[in-house]
Amino acid sequence: MGRLILRRGGTGGLLVLASTLLLFLAGEMMPGDFASKLLGASATPETVEALRLSRGLDASPAARYLAWLGGLLHGDLGLSLTNGREIGALIASRLGNTLLLAGLAAAVAVPLALALGTLAAVFRDSWIDRAVLVLTMVTVATPEFFFAYVAIAVLAVELNWLPSISIPRPGMSVWEVLQVLVLPVLTLVVTSTAHVARMTRASIVAAMEQDYVGTAMLKGLPRGRIVLRHILPNVAAPVSAVVVMTLADIVVGLIIVETIFAYPGMGQLMVDSVAKRDITVVQACGLIFAATYIFLNMAADMLAIAFNPRLRSAR
Amino acid sequence: MKPEPAMKVPLLAIDRLEIEAPGKGGAPLRLIDGVSLQLAPGRVLGLIGESGAGKSTLGLAALGVLRGGQRMTAGEVRLAGQPLGRLDPGAMRRLRGREVAYVAQSAAAAFNPAQRLIDQVIETALACGMSRAGARARAIDLFARLGLPDPARFGGRFPHQASGGQLQRAMTAMAMCARPRLIVFDEPTTALDVTTQIEVLVAVRSAIREEGMAALYISHDLALVAQMADEIMVLRHGRMVEHGPVRQVIDAPKSPYTQALIGARGLVRTPRPSAAPILEVRGLDAAYGEMKVIGDLTLSVPEGGTLAVIGESGSGKSTLGRAICGLLPWSAGSVRFAGRDLAPELRRRTRAELKDIQLIHQLPDLALNPRRSVGAAIGAALARFRGLRGAAAREETARLLRQVDLDPSLAARLPGALSGGQKQRVCIARALAAEPRLIICDEVTSALDPLVAEGVLKLLSRLQAETGASYLFITHDFGAVASIADEVAVMKQGGLVASGALADVFDAPPDPYTAALLEAVPQLSPGWLDEIAARRSLPDTARKDHAV
Repeated sequence: MGRLILRRGGTGGLLVLASTLLLFLAGEMMPGDFASKLLGASATPETVEALRLSRGLDASPAARYLAWLGGLLHGDLGLSLTNGREIGALIASRLGNTLLLAGLAAAVAVPLALALGTLAAVFRDSWIDRAVLVLTMVTVATPEFFFAYVAIAVLAVELNWLPSISIPRPGMSVWEVLQVLVLPVLTLVVTSTAHVARMTRASIVAAMEQDYVGTAMLKGLPRGRIVLRHILPNVAAPVSAVVVMTLADIVVGLIIVETIFAYPGMGQLMVDSVAKRDITVVQACGLIFAATYIFLNMAADMLAIAFNPRLRSAR
Repeated sequence: MKPEPAMKVPLLAIDRLEIEAPGKGGAPLRLIDGVSLQLAPGRVLGLIGESGAGKSTLGLAALGVLRGGQRMTAGEVRLAGQPLGRLDPGAMRRLRGREVAYVAQSAAAAFNPAQRLIDQVIETALACGMSRAGARARAIDLFARLGLPDPARFGGRFPHQASGGQLQRAMTAMAMCARPRLIVFDEPTTALDVTTQIEVLVAVRSAIREEGMAALYISHDLALVAQMADEIMVLRHGRMVEHGPVRQVIDAPKSPYTQALIGARGLVRTPRPSAAPILEVRGLDAAYGEMKVIGDLTLSVPEGGTLAVIGESGSGKSTLGRAICGLLPWSAGSVRFAGRDLAPELRRRTRAELKDIQLIHQLPDLALNPRRSVGAAIGAALARFRGLRGAAAREETARLLRQVDLDPSLAARLPGALSGGQKQRVCIARALAAEPRLIICDEVTSALDPLVAEGVLKLLSRLQAETGASYLFITHDFGAVASIADEVAVMKQGGLVASGALADVFDAPPDPYTAALLEAVPQLSPGWLDEIAARRSLPDTARKDHAV
């Protein structure tokens, strides 16, 4: 089992390395140039070139890639092209905000989705099942931006219950921060719950068809015990995989949701940097998103191993 | 309906029970049709019949369970005096596990793979209010009595860490743990090898007797039931055909169906004079990747005769068939067919070699394309190997179908419209279409009911006389061997342990393994299991008059 984990870890590292290459190439191919964006239309070619030179863009792409990789190994994310500041410091403040938002969304979405999926499976073909089905169908078909704007229109503009812009400021109480976060969290929860709920239901329904569930029934066990002791441990592996996929969904959804609510997180930073053609910042943000995604998937594999006695203990 | 000593309230009373399931085209299908039975505490009733006879449906009805869409349309089932159909679900659930327990055919699938065995075994006992320590002690005691290795620690294993025979015994322990008064055994040893089966049978029977539990023992094997039960009920198409004490049913069967079932076991072949070999396997090695399956195997098939290859699961017998067909290239050794060496790889064999060696599979359902009519399946072989098309092919297909005792009009049907025995006959006709000199029969009767299997064996014998084809007959069924083989080869772990003429090997087994295999084949004779148990000095406290 130890070797299995090591091997997964190694694959994860390779994937991160591959993603740095992809990000770098994507940055190279991005049309437009930060210097002309920054200096405006009136800048002379000489000043543009001088700015480019000062950021070290005269070196060959290969040299810049290797320099970037070398920096990454030391925990140095590089300098912003636009303002020449450390990207690490730039991101540090944003990362905390993003983790808060994503964490809150996950803390609500995952248990909610598991509960809905389990209920739908246990009461299969009842009104509960049908309600969950309809609800998840609707939400899975709703894009984040659409739901976000509808939520703003109704909850912020019409009813005036919540702020439409989610900018936590220093000095706000916890309660105020939470209030500010309700709309983005709601948007992320609504748009990410459906997949997990449906997969949970499907996994449990499949497990209920297994012989051992029939055995448990013939042993005269109450339904609750059958679900808790015999079904859930066996669906843990597939469901944990979906949960992780949802977390990844949330990470992707963040970029859009942060922009809509002007929330000062990583997603917004990334979108702003794309507009400014600040490629180094885009790459750094992209790398963090990619690494998170890869880590989450590795975690799903590990969980699958942990939940499977065949893999956990040798014959 | 049968005399009981000191007639108390029967433990299980089924009265004119009818169970229906929704059938094709709306008309309900009657699975159980007016069956009545009574079972006194401590008695064992064997239920036997072919697949679809309603054995399992009746067994589950004793637990108050009806599967997918089934309805009880008449009659009633009383367990310990309580009418199962009229109890509320909670009360019914409390009867299960406590009053009546169930042992399934496939214990491997019946255990939760994510939980240790002990936790599953004591679960019902805990739910009945037994203390955890008490339940564990009881489980360990049962493990010991069922002959499981290292009883104190056996329960710590996960299901994947135990063998099929061990799981079957563990499931018996699980059923017994809460001391129910009735256990339903549903084909508990059908998935096991004969040598494993006999260990499980001995262990289970002594445990039932020691515990004084009543049992419904469901099986399609008359010999097994005869060893396990006090009385036998024969079911067919959901109806009771015969019911009585074991000896009476076996020695003096009243219904023609029971007589046929008993007769099906007596088919014996007159051996042919030995002939020159058509197939010679020398020093064969074969492996699936790293896993070596066959090592240094040498055997031969007589021309126009049958070599039966016998072995338990994992012995490499099916792999041998695959290697000879060219489906699994061997790594060392040689295979000579009709005086010429065969290439290990299928694509390096000549068209004539492919035509001359045909394979019939164990499961006709999987061997026939469900979307291709019987005529098309046979026609493809005719076109490929004999270049017959159009009217000539249709004529030949009809002749082949008649040859395997099928109506030529079946050519237009899809396999789904045929019974299991008919499908296997179609597979035989398809093999014959190539006019092969050697047919490899891989467990061709294992998936069939006894009477259907008997028919297929008779057919194969007759076809051999008609066509002169040689057979390599792979099987684990000793009854089938006796009725079709001229020579036998016994395989164990990829090697040969015994071989020779049928009579020589069967009458005087040359090695202990073959002797143990032969001894483990269930016999109808009374006391057969007792003799075995005594000879093996397994813990069997069998006493006919065991107090209840």
